[in-house]
Amino acid sequence: MDLYVAIFQGIIIASTPLVLAAIGELIVEKSGVLNLGVEGMMIIGAVASFIVTHETGSHLMGILAAIIASGLIAVIFGILTQYLLSNQVATGLALTLFGLGLASLIGQSYSGISLKAFPKLEVTILSDLPIIGGLLFSFDYLVYLSVLIVFATYLFLKKTKAGLVLIATGDNHDSAHSLGYSVKKIRLLSIVYGGACAGLGGAYLSLVQTPMWVENMTAGRGWIALAIVVFAVWRPLWIFVGAYIFGGITIIQLHIQAIGVNIVAQYMSMLPYIVTILVLVFISMNKNRLAVNAPNCLNKIFKSDI
Amino acid sequence: MFKLEKKENIDKSSIFMVPLYAIGCSLLFVFFLFILLGKNPVLALFIIFIEPLLSVFGISELIVKSTPLIIIALGLSFGFRAGVWNIGAEGQYTIGALSGGATILAFYPISGLWLLPLSFLVSILAGALWGMIPAILKAKFNTNEILVSLMLTYVAILLLSAMVYGPLKDPDGFNFPESRLFHNSGILPVILHGTRAHIGFLIALFLVVIMHFLLTKHILGFFVKVSGESSKALLFSGQSSNKIIYLSFLICGGLAGMAGVIEVTGPIGQLVPGIPIGYGFTAIIVAFLGRLTPIGIFLAGLLLALTYIGGEAAQMKLGLPNAITGVFQGVLLFFLLAADAFTKYKISLINMKWKS
Repeated sequence: MDLYVAIFQGIIIASTPLVLAAIGELIVEKSGVLNLGVEGMMIIGAVASFIVTHETGSHLMGILAAIIASGLIAVIFGILTQYLLSNQVATGLALTLFGLGLASLIGQSYSGISLKAFPKLEVTILSDLPIIGGLLFSFDYLVYLSVLIVFATYLFLKKTKAGLVLIATGDNHDSAHSLGYSVKKIRLLSIVYGGACAGLGGAYLSLVQTPMWVENMTAGRGWIALAIVVFAVWRPLWIFVGAYIFGGITIIQLHIQAIGVNIVAQYMSMLPYIVTILVLVFISMNKNRLAVNAPNCLNKIFKSDI
Repeated sequence: MFKLEKKENIDKSSIFMVPLYAIGCSLLFVFFLFILLGKNPVLALFIIFIEPLLSVFGISELIVKSTPLIIIALGLSFGFRAGVWNIGAEGQYTIGALSGGATILAFYPISGLWLLPLSFLVSILAGALWGMIPAILKAKFNTNEILVSLMLTYVAILLLSAMVYGPLKDPDGFNFPESRLFHNSGILPVILHGTRAHIGFLIALFLVVIMHFLLTKHILGFFVKVSGESSKALLFSGQSSNKIIYLSFLICGGLAGMAGVIEVTGPIGQLVPGIPIGYGFTAIIVAFLGRLTPIGIFLAGLLLALTYIGGEAAQMKLGLPNAITGVFQGVLLFFLLAADAFTKYKISLINMKWKS
């Protein structure tokens, strides 16, 4: 039983950065913008949180640093795509390349250092409960925060006026504009929010998952987060399903390798990427469902606005 | 705030000016970055951008590093013009290197002039087939080609690693994860005596000329451009847009695969896990900086190759982190995209209204 609890915990820990980055990108895409720079924003969050935590000794400061740093580099993307009307795909790629380069530059003198363990939830009685304690009440605070953010995003999009305006902006920017909403401001805010979430996801990698700084430690998770948004068909709660499936594959393949099943390690490591492709194919086949939920103006440039 | 208005007629000279502005701004950016890092910025810029050009060694390394960048970027430009986003060139390159290298190892130690052409053929086919996966999925199921081509890059890198750690490992190599060194028939001839500069560069030059012709003079280039500008117009012309997707990935995959085999039969000379070092991604910058034109790509390829060589030199001589190269490349693309806005649109300031 303990093994299963451990596997479950492993899956949650592997999935949380994906949940965080994907829910941020979901908001960005819902507002009509495709930001392919998730990987770059994540790695900036990872390096910023690591350095600040190492220097100040405070995890909270580190997390704040990740949010601010990644939010700031998202602003570059926002200004370029919204105000200078640059191509979103190319600008997102630039953000990823720039982020990866900048992160290895500023993180260089920090590689090899490790951090103290991230604090975990400890509720007397509850955390000590057999099995249930391990399944529900034994995680670090960021796991609970990620769950909270996803539910908050769901409620925001479903129940608040601001959320509906955001969806309207993504579906038809011309109508949103003629109703008097500032399309560019809404999108810029969404982009910054997406950056902050990706930064949190990155912070989770370097503070909790492996509490140290390793160059290119995001290893494609930003891209998987982008795939999860498509998998979820832009529905917030489905982000959980997507992220936990991908985290699950990562952890289960590690366990299969650990019990010594005779499969070459590299083939097992390919699984998350191959499953991502298969899932994308499966999702894209259902065009009706895509048409209902996908933002109509995704990756389209909006020009006339002040 | 400010407002953008589309310019009536875009200045023809902007095709030269935009990249130059972007390069200038990026240089200024790293200038201040060097000051921030406590290094002499003038000396650092000299070591990175001038000094490599002053020695035969520098020039030969420029030839070595620009070759894959130019070849991959040529392929990418074909797709980018058509609005097809293949960002998995790194994977197609890796598959090309793996399959071409495996072909040479399969015929070890048989010598013959046919071996290199055969390995090139295998690599081009393998790269093109690998590139066809996202194209088929895009055309058949409307699957996002950006994500699929990128996921396949990770798969390709792991596949190379599995092969080099497994079946292709050097039997006499003390269990190191490397293949055996290719025999002479599997090595490209050197064009500058005593250096690593190899004949692959001439292949790249040849491709630049061919591509220039194809895009400016041939009907195919016209269709590619039309497809990018409006898929509706294309429907009227009877040319299906799926065909363009297939063709773009086929050409890009094939060229990236060829760049891969050139790299292993040229400067590397064996299969190692560290073959993919990001040329496939840097080539995206090369393609944009070269304005998607073959001649522009040639020049941009030389410049980006220079950043690799200069970055290494700065690391050795000034103790600057190697990551400077990546930062410069990323910033360059940012400035390029920004500079585009200033040529396409007239930007005017609008008075802010203050609420009383």
